[in-house]
Amino acid sequence: MRSFAEIEAALAGPPLAAETLLAIAEEVLERWVIAREETPAVEVREGFRLLALHRQGTRGTPSFNACRETCREIAYHYNLLREETGAALLEQRQRMMLLLVKHLLLFVSGKLQVAGLGDFCCASRPLRLESS
Amino acid sequence: MKTEYKRVAYYPGCALEGTGHAYNKSTREVGKALGLELDEVKNWNCCGAMEVKNIDPKVQTYLSSRVLSIAANEMGAQVVMAPCNGCYHNLKKAEHELAHDAGSRDVVDRISRKAGHATYAAGQVETIHALDWIKDGIGEVELKRRVRNSLKGLKIANYYGCMYTRPRHIFPEKDQGAGTESTSQPHFMDDLLAAAGAENVDFPLKTACCGGAHVLSDSDTSTKLVLNILRAAEAAGADVIATECPTCHSGLEMHQVRAEKVLGEKTKVRMLYFTQLLGIALGLSPRKLSVHENVSDGIAVLKEKGLA
Repeated sequence: MRSFAEIEAALAGPPLAAETLLAIAEEVLERWVIAREETPAVEVREGFRLLALHRQGTRGTPSFNACRETCREIAYHYNLLREETGAALLEQRQRMMLLLVKHLLLFVSGKLQVAGLGDFCCASRPLRLESS
Repeated sequence: MKTEYKRVAYYPGCALEGTGHAYNKSTREVGKALGLELDEVKNWNCCGAMEVKNIDPKVQTYLSSRVLSIAANEMGAQVVMAPCNGCYHNLKKAEHELAHDAGSRDVVDRISRKAGHATYAAGQVETIHALDWIKDGIGEVELKRRVRNSLKGLKIANYYGCMYTRPRHIFPEKDQGAGTESTSQPHFMDDLLAAAGAENVDFPLKTACCGGAHVLSDSDTSTKLVLNILRAAEAAGADVIATECPTCHSGLEMHQVRAEKVLGEKTKVRMLYFTQLLGIALGLSPRKLSVHENVSDGIAVLKEKGLA
């Protein structure tokens, strides 16, 4: 399994195809699911395994929903790239999809780092549960 | 239009008295220019923010409920407006807890009695964001009519942050069809700035996390998250990122500087509060809107576009 630093380095390299970017996004979410000692989903949701993995990753951790739209935008950009034939738009959308995948990676790596401290965002999973 | 939004109880919250001072100033100036009145909540306190919520969410519910209680029971207000996403979120969360959780009601009642003020009961006031205030208090048609200095030519990426729409269940008024705000694709800021003449770009990270919560534990993650948002805005063709939260705004500004210093990554996109942009469109001066207080050089981009 690649480390987040290795994945980040891959994203910083030569342009990647939509399929590769989508696979990286799935790999990132798999890391989150595995860290929670679960088996990553293999089924698809709305045509994307990425969305099934996101749903799985959110169970019991509502604040993980903060990356819901990022995942949906990745799926949307994947669809756009499959349809796009114009070189200029293709390049721009590919770059945007890369930035979205990178955002997901940074978000998940950050969530894993603070997992021991509790969630800080929209739905807290408080420290008090651990201390009580 | 909602006539009850013409005069609202104003809850600026702690950030707007500090790092978000320019947001406070520009919100008040825009309200004045549009004939929307703000009546500041008397003797208000912290909403409980993130810190109290993590130690004891029920105490956070009490802190937010005290603000609502003063507005409802001491000022007779029907509507409380909070321009900060964190405050707005916490007031809405308190409203939800008090409506659905008997345990929260007990704790709030007990502390309120001890503190010597009336206990807030769910539904006494409506909590809204500054975006709702202008969108439903004035509306795009009237706003368009009042524009003196169109933002035409200015490309904007609207950044809502992650707390304005999450979690969905504390915002029952959203996702109710035409005219209401969307929790997955918020658009109120886009609508208002489009009415002011701006060109909104397609910005897929408009509700993405800026890493605000990681600031203390890992600044590098925050910097990289912000840098990614800035890069995405630039890739979308934006001159400016419009913000509607002091925490998001400060995070974007500070980490833009840090990204350049620590990572050697320079970005050109500038950050302005949506109230500053609306104020400019209404013909107010940048100084009056405290644009000079922003860390990000908003004046330069306004000058470049012939808006200042």
